[in-house]
Amino acid sequence: MSQEVIREAAPARASLLYDPRVRGIVFQVVLVVLLVLGVWWIVDNTIENLSRSHIATGFGFLKGRAGFDISNHLIDYSSDSSYGRALVVGMLNTAIVAIAGIVSATVIGFLVGIGRLSNNWLIRKLATVYIEVFRNIPPLLVILFWYQGVLALLPNVRDSVGLPFGSFLNNRGFYFPRFVWGDRAWLVVAGLAAGLVLSWYVARRARARQMATGQQFPVFLTSVALIVGMPLLGFALAGFPLSIEFPQKGTFNLTGGVNVKPEFLSLYLALSFYTAAFIAEIVRAGIVGVPKGQTEAYSALGLRSGQGLRLVVIPQAMRIIIPPLTSQYLNLTKNSSLAVAIGYPDLYAVGGTILNQTGQAIEVVVIFMVVYLGISIVTSLFMNWFNTKMALKER
Amino acid sequence: MQEHDMSWVRTEMALAEQAPRSQVGPGAWLRRNLFATPVDSVLTVLALLAVAWALPQMLNWVFFDAVWTGADRTACLTTEQGGQLPAGWSGACWPFVSGRFGQFMFGRYPMEERWRVILTGIVFIALLAPLLIPRVPYKGVNAILFFVVFPFIAFFLLVGGFFGLPYVETPRWGGLMVTLVLSYVGIVVSLPLGILLAMGRRSKMPIVKLLSVIFIEAVRGVPLVTVLFMASFMLPLFVPPGMTFDKLLRALIGVALFAAAYMAEVVRGGLQAIPKGQYEGADSLGLGYWQKMGFIIMPQALKLVIPGIVNTFIGMFKDTTLVLIISMFDLLGVVKQNISGDPTWATPQTAKTGYVFAAAVFWIFCFGMSRYSQFMERRLDTGHKR
Repeated sequence: MSQEVIREAAPARASLLYDPRVRGIVFQVVLVVLLVLGVWWIVDNTIENLSRSHIATGFGFLKGRAGFDISNHLIDYSSDSSYGRALVVGMLNTAIVAIAGIVSATVIGFLVGIGRLSNNWLIRKLATVYIEVFRNIPPLLVILFWYQGVLALLPNVRDSVGLPFGSFLNNRGFYFPRFVWGDRAWLVVAGLAAGLVLSWYVARRARARQMATGQQFPVFLTSVALIVGMPLLGFALAGFPLSIEFPQKGTFNLTGGVNVKPEFLSLYLALSFYTAAFIAEIVRAGIVGVPKGQTEAYSALGLRSGQGLRLVVIPQAMRIIIPPLTSQYLNLTKNSSLAVAIGYPDLYAVGGTILNQTGQAIEVVVIFMVVYLGISIVTSLFMNWFNTKMALKER
Repeated sequence: MQEHDMSWVRTEMALAEQAPRSQVGPGAWLRRNLFATPVDSVLTVLALLAVAWALPQMLNWVFFDAVWTGADRTACLTTEQGGQLPAGWSGACWPFVSGRFGQFMFGRYPMEERWRVILTGIVFIALLAPLLIPRVPYKGVNAILFFVVFPFIAFFLLVGGFFGLPYVETPRWGGLMVTLVLSYVGIVVSLPLGILLAMGRRSKMPIVKLLSVIFIEAVRGVPLVTVLFMASFMLPLFVPPGMTFDKLLRALIGVALFAAAYMAEVVRGGLQAIPKGQYEGADSLGLGYWQKMGFIIMPQALKLVIPGIVNTFIGMFKDTTLVLIISMFDLLGVVKQNISGDPTWATPQTAKTGYVFAAAVFWIFCFGMSRYSQFMERRLDTGHKR
């Protein structure tokens, strides 16, 4: 038996080639050099291309006269306004359709999501069919379907379809009465504000008293009474300063009232129904994600099922629901840029028109990026704050 | 000790009693599932009324009142509009779809060259089907054929200009063919690119990490329309004068980059779910970075995120419709073009018919993908799910 001699090797000195740290640095240096070269090449080409087509760079063009009309505008706008103002109008239009869409998508989504968990077989199946249909069809197709397939087929102004409350529907959109506020209408707003503040105060006092003495106070009913009653009081004090302006049928057009254009309607309907299908699935996942033990525990504590849902299940479900819900809201906002396909003047459509008129491709795209990225960043900051607030407090 | 009196011992099992009458049968099912509480009953009645109102209308529109044959718009017009159908008629105008079917599939691809597209389609299905069925062997060879060899075959067949095949320029492409080309390229490019980006985002090298984060967040933060817009308006500015990009290629670049950013986030989710011990185990075996990722981490991580990956695919498939905004004609684009730009079939029902047809096609593809991913998820679920 010969024993092998284990030779003491000198501490292995790996060659520099195999040192992960050195490799990392070399790799990154190469990457940066390539990137700089690539960017330099692109910038160089762009400058040359722009100078060939005689396009001035910079944001000076924003002061120029726009020269085109925008059909929906919240703030004063005419074709004599500047490009910058046109962009603001577009941004506001994006905001309107996004906010309206978010509200209705949330309502439909929660209803359908809860419907999917219903004990009622029919409701459950209907909710499933809704989700499977709308999730698997491109939103752009839904928008075009509403626009060209449904709303364009409505009768013309002369044969407008009359709806309750003096509203009308025709191929120029939806007309409904406008509330015209008279003098001293600010009292109503003041009443609403007072109601909100008072009910907040009542809720705080009631909570403090319940903590101290255990006695409960009907906070909900009081708040409803305050929030509804105070504005009504203000309304009465001001002497009922409200008149309603109904849309009047003329020969060629409806005058008066508020007109919602078919472009807005189809975009709004399509975005709401499409996003609602995703929200429904999120809601379902959130509610299913609360363990059954929680339900049993609140029954064991003697809470009624309504109380248990409100105090135990929903707070925990919301923790699961809200992060993906926010990203659906962001998706809806981004999808509102599909407006360009049907001519609803959102930020993207207005920017596209400006680009065609001025050729300022880079500046316009930069504006798009800044606005949309800004919305994304604000939302994700809010989400992070919310997540830390809602995260399980483990001690 | 007193002996127990065992005068009667049951020797056979008691027969199971029938369930109470109130618990079985259709009556009990109805009571449990439709009329459990008063609120439930009201909901059921309301839902039944809604179904009874909507379903016959839909069926009538699609089947019973629809027009099935005809040569042009007069087949689908009512007497008021100059046709033969009764006034107030409403139904699908299917001859529009069958008359334009070639366009919906191939766009303006030359009639005598369409066999090339069909052949590509057959090769595509012949390679894809065995890849999807788990029992078929030779998955490795099959995958290489599908992901590496097939793009070349498709390129030569569809573009042409070689081996005596006439050249077909991409502006003539259209219809479902463009939808599928965009999705296929998007999938084939975005998955590997997304994996690389996800690895970059989790890399220890600060510059690599920073660049990956910037790319991913910038692309994810803007709508696809903007990315396509950039690809179609700004790419030509970025290259030397005189050099031009094919429009389809620009759209492809836009779609692939967009999908890659989303894919990166999905893959990152999978990477984060892999326990640290797996990384350390691979290190202790002496595997290098790429070996570690390729053999240990990625197989586990990708398996975890299959639903997310397929959701991204479905999203991308739906998003290819957006190329119509940069005036290219995918399936939806061709349908829209035929609806608004073609007087041969201009009737009030044409738009609805065309969009319902397109919706059905998209729905079948997306629904099929999501069902397949659920099947794969169950199959790959080895019980290690955390």
